[in-house]
Amino acid sequence: MRLNWDRIFSILLIVPSVIAIAIFVYGFIGWTGWVSLSNWDGLRPDLSWAGVVNYIKLFSNARFQIDIRNTIVFTLFFLGASMGLGLGLAILLDQGIRGENIFRSLFLFPMSISFIVTGVAWRWLLAPGDPATGRITGINVLLEKLNLPTSRWYTDPTVLYIRPESGLGQTLDLIGLDFLTNPNFGLPLAMFSIVLAATWQMSGFVMAMYLAGLRGISEELREAARIDGASEWNIYRHIILPLLKPITLSVVIVLGHISLKIFDLVAAMSKKGPGFATDVPAYFMFETTFQGDHYSQGASIAIFMLISVSLLIVPYLVYSTRTETKV
Amino acid sequence: MTSLRRFFPDNFFKHIALPDGHPLSRLPRLGVRLSFYLTLLAASAFYLIPIYILVMTGLKPYAEANLAQMWQLPSTPSLESFRQAYVTLATYFKNSIALVIPATLLSAFLGSINGYVLSKWRFRGSEILFTLLLFGMFIPYQSILIPLVQTLQRVNQAAQALGVPESLNWLVPGYGSIAGLAFVHIIYGIPITTLIFRNYYATIPDELVEAAKIDGASLFGIYRWILLPISMPAFAVVLIWQFTSIWNEFLFAVTLTQNPVIRPITVALYNLAGSYIVEWNVQMAGAFMAALPTLLVYLFLGRFFMRGLLAGSLKG
Repeated sequence: MRLNWDRIFSILLIVPSVIAIAIFVYGFIGWTGWVSLSNWDGLRPDLSWAGVVNYIKLFSNARFQIDIRNTIVFTLFFLGASMGLGLGLAILLDQGIRGENIFRSLFLFPMSISFIVTGVAWRWLLAPGDPATGRITGINVLLEKLNLPTSRWYTDPTVLYIRPESGLGQTLDLIGLDFLTNPNFGLPLAMFSIVLAATWQMSGFVMAMYLAGLRGISEELREAARIDGASEWNIYRHIILPLLKPITLSVVIVLGHISLKIFDLVAAMSKKGPGFATDVPAYFMFETTFQGDHYSQGASIAIFMLISVSLLIVPYLVYSTRTETKV
Repeated sequence: MTSLRRFFPDNFFKHIALPDGHPLSRLPRLGVRLSFYLTLLAASAFYLIPIYILVMTGLKPYAEANLAQMWQLPSTPSLESFRQAYVTLATYFKNSIALVIPATLLSAFLGSINGYVLSKWRFRGSEILFTLLLFGMFIPYQSILIPLVQTLQRVNQAAQALGVPESLNWLVPGYGSIAGLAFVHIIYGIPITTLIFRNYYATIPDELVEAAKIDGASLFGIYRWILLPISMPAFAVVLIWQFTSIWNEFLFAVTLTQNPVIRPITVALYNLAGSYIVEWNVQMAGAFMAALPTLLVYLFLGRFFMRGLLAGSLKG
């Protein structure tokens, strides 16, 4: 009898949280979805039905198209840089380095800092100076002293893309891929400043993940491979890296969903940038909704962001729940 | 093993340290080892430069604090700009403290209760429910922001209609109040805190709980006398994790606090750094100040921070 009451009470205990999440996550997502299909434009809520017109407007919006390009470029380079650096540092630290604790703490501390502080610090570090007076500032001063080329960093409006008149561009035209010869399929140079700051902040996390993984691999395994005559390089290439795959999956999920949502760092560092060179959907959504009062348009950007994150997260959650119930 | 921990190696929740008997030299050649150390030192410089610039510029007088002289040491170091930054930011610093402390404590409490039920009182569908909760920590908050603002504004209207006296307005979890912002952080903290506690309690043998049940311990008795006394590591992880995330948070803070008086430090710093009136050395000192509490937590409680990071590595 007692246990039955306990069973009922146990469920009652989590009811408040379940209701809160049901309303504040799922209910509000539905609400935002509804706003995105409404005519609400301006301060006064207007939830009359508009259909998908906001989405059609969104995808034909030049700024939004640039945002998608920027998000893809940022995600690829941010993940590549953080994972490369993080894995590299983890492997180095796994070689029995003296003062490993100190190095590890140094690489990891940026994780504890707000993206706003990171953005402010890197905005000043990468401030390129004034082209009118020729006065250079920040990191550029160091680069010039070392005789390295300076950069305009996040103020650079340049987008590298395949020019239609170039040889490659004409070849693409011949095989019907001429749509690629467009800045929307290019690399905005300013975005690399954001990549640099984000990598500074997050690569330590990747290092910690991989280091934990490396420490989980038994020494006997390496020893056995060494006895079989495998070189250190081959041990990493054929034994250790494959064993780190589950970690890589976690890292991709974590960094990927951060990069699809990135907002604070961009807002603090460069905002939309020259010619929207550092604009991202989250910043566009913020401006559209809370500064422009175009609520239904803002909601459609929010739903787009939710879908892009869900494409990454939902398979992961489903997969991890499934594998768990099998155990 | 339970849940998402499947993706992590077994030693994940332990402190990452050099295991006993770790061979201190895998690569015997001096040149190779030297190049390792040089690479690590170069990497250290990369991670330290932004902090170095924040502190050094903060120590400079206004005349020396400009972008072209960024790398020169201050001729006469002074704490004047830190004092000025403190004067400018003190209100917001206090706002952040008033926000972070209740929000952190309450969300740890909620997470502990949820984690207890979802690990030791499982029921049909509790796994699916847990997965549905978890989804809440990945969503871009933009996708709930418009309804959230509207709802919090309605809370204010309701409080007004109910005749809540003005002196108690700060307690109303509505739009434009610290209580409202804390409330939001508690709600959206439920998934991560539940995850950490659930995974922690899952490591405690079910037999212990079953034996207590047979001995007649109740739902609350088991929690109070068996789980709570050994929950301190999980509480440490969750408290530090929530403290850091809420202190550093910006999106909710900037959209839910139109009233300048109640802004948290991240929003104040954002506005300070965007202004052309405030001197540069003061901005840098301010940025360092905003980073200081979480940096200190990291320095002194880094071990727990590390665990939180890895346990909750599913959150950004």
